[in-house]
Amino acid sequence: MAELNTDSHDKRVLMKGNEAVGEAAIKAGCLCYFAYPITPQTETPEYLARRMEEENRIFLQAESEIAAINMVFGASAAGARVMTSSSSPGISLKQEGISYIAGGELPCVIINVVRGGPGLGNIEASQADYFQSTRGGGHGDYRCIVLAPNSVQECYDMVMNAFDISDFYRVPVIIQSDGIIGQLVEPFNMHPYKPMYEKLPPKDWALTGCLGRKPNVVRTLFLNPPNGLEMHNRKLNDRYNKIKTELRWSDEFNCDKADIIVIAYGATSRIAKSAIKKHNNNGIKVGLFRPKTLWPWPDVELVEVARKNKGAKFLVIEMSTGQMIEDVQLTLMDIVPKKDILFYGMGGGWNPTPDQIYEEISRVIKK
Amino acid sequence: MNIIKSQPKSITADSTKYCPGCGHGIILRLIGEAIDELGIRERMILTAPVGCAVVIYDYIYCDVVECAHGRAPAVGTAIKRVHPDKFVLIYQGDGDLAAIGTAEIIHAANRGENMSVIFVNNATYGMTGGQMAPTTLIGQKTTTSPFGRTIKGMGKPIRVCELLATLEETKYLERTSINSVRNINKTKAAIKKVFQNQLNGIGFSMVEILSMCPVGWRVSPVEAIQFIEEQMINYFPLGVYKDTE
Ligand SMILES: Cc1ncc(C[n+]2csc(CCOP(=O)(O)OP(=O)(O)O)c2C)c(N)n1
Ligand code: SF4
Ligand SMILES: [Mg+2]
Repeated sequence: MAELNTDSHDKRVLMKGNEAVGEAAIKAGCLCYFAYPITPQTETPEYLARRMEEENRIFLQAESEIAAINMVFGASAAGARVMTSSSSPGISLKQEGISYIAGGELPCVIINVVRGGPGLGNIEASQADYFQSTRGGGHGDYRCIVLAPNSVQECYDMVMNAFDISDFYRVPVIIQSDGIIGQLVEPFNMHPYKPMYEKLPPKDWALTGCLGRKPNVVRTLFLNPPNGLEMHNRKLNDRYNKIKTELRWSDEFNCDKADIIVIAYGATSRIAKSAIKKHNNNGIKVGLFRPKTLWPWPDVELVEVARKNKGAKFLVIEMSTGQMIEDVQLTLMDIVPKKDILFYGMGGGWNPTPDQIYEEISRVIKK
Repeated sequence: MNIIKSQPKSITADSTKYCPGCGHGIILRLIGEAIDELGIRERMILTAPVGCAVVIYDYIYCDVVECAHGRAPAVGTAIKRVHPDKFVLIYQGDGDLAAIGTAEIIHAANRGENMSVIFVNNATYGMTGGQMAPTTLIGQKTTTSPFGRTIKGMGKPIRVCELLATLEETKYLERTSINSVRNINKTKAAIKKVFQNQLNGIGFSMVEILSMCPVGWRVSPVEAIQFIEEQMINYFPLGVYKDTE
């Protein structure tokens, strides 16, 4: 870690995305971190192995991702701020645990530095885990909040936010990074922790031993009363609906009277932006809509963009064979003809170059 | 009238959902007595397994976390790390501990986590209706070994105490049974020992208890006790497998 200047509270530092994730967790008061090595996220456990020790906090290299996520479950139930990180194959293993964490209404932060799949796939960047993150992944009717950074700065900021959001709603938060963002080295502002909320709800449900109070039970089994599970799922669903109205994040770039709107998140949005700028310089009206929360999906914002850019074509670019595009189609189905929603992408740990995206936009213009 | 024995104070339920003749109920009572005697109810966190004891939070009046099948040692590890001053009790069945959760128990034991483990070995999957467990005896008929367990293709029953004894960070391992008053008393002493070890900071301590599952085994409660006496104890010898004190 090379420090660029240290003369203020905010300091410019140079780090990998995966390391910034670790430092943000330290700053946000993450007490425990449990993980298992896997490329391309291993810098985070390596970074935290040292930093957690320095801070006298809890670092444990688990025997598997299954154990790691169940340690997250335990630490969270015990009332601690806790994080785990992994990459796609490891995140698949964690799904059972994530379902229990969601069912048990426990807060935690999960980092997925997505790589190519299915199977062992490869270790290149990918966005093929969009369905898994936004549709639950594990069994049962639950959601995770999913934040998608596209810079080292956002890795840092969003991890801090994730702890607060998760504590606020008692819903697990996934940071959907990828092999490019995780490995990217760039300077960022390492500011002190800024809480997102004035006050977080007290963790009066946490397991601390029942001294002077009724016992707390963290459970996901609801056999009785007869409608116990239904009541529980209704409660969760009400919370998910609240999150949908309160936490949609997105960014727009030149989405004003554009002929083409590119929709992309994470690393792809950065690559797309440089191609878009090149087109803009040639006087071609191309804009970028970037979801920053993948769940909740920024549907209201996207509809607004479609209204502001009547007649525009929408080009969805993903490092997958097309997953987020389903959310785009659902959102726009009443206002944009299906033929005007186009896709560019490839599965299996492939990433587009700015030139390829530039060419693709040119093709869409000529259509 | 003198009251010589009454229900442990830490056990609030007036009945359990366990089948008649089930060993879990006896073990529950012994745990309750040990909790009362050591005065740890308000400083303990109990992990419930997936198995017939899953609803243990309806019986023992303390903080409880219900874990995914087999993962309690990982969950307990984290709880103990967050609250090193609290008492963490892991309760697991043989399917939970010795099949799906084998990795978690071995690594928690290998790390020497200062936790107390109650391992209820009833040689079957009680909750799901009596299927073959990793501890099912050779020749024992279950719904998924209808012709009896064979070594070929199914392997031999896993002896967990002996297995964990090879890990140097385990501090206390004992196998007991609840087939007789004498053995119940010994089990009670073992439970207390395993609890006391954690309170004294000694480290990973476990008692494996051979326990009756008359419904899963499809025998009467009396025959279930005989099965332990005549068959289980032969293969799973009782005794202390590790005591590093
Ligand atoms: C992941 C998963 N697999 C399977 C099950 C189904 N299941 C519930 S209890 C159980 C077996 C429990 O057996 P054991 O641990 O021996 O407990 P017992 O009921 O005998 O006390 C199984 C397989 C489950 N709940 N979760
Ligand atoms: S099925 Fe077996 S272990 Fe389960 S409650 Fe009945 S007797 Fe006990
Ligand atoms: Mg069993």
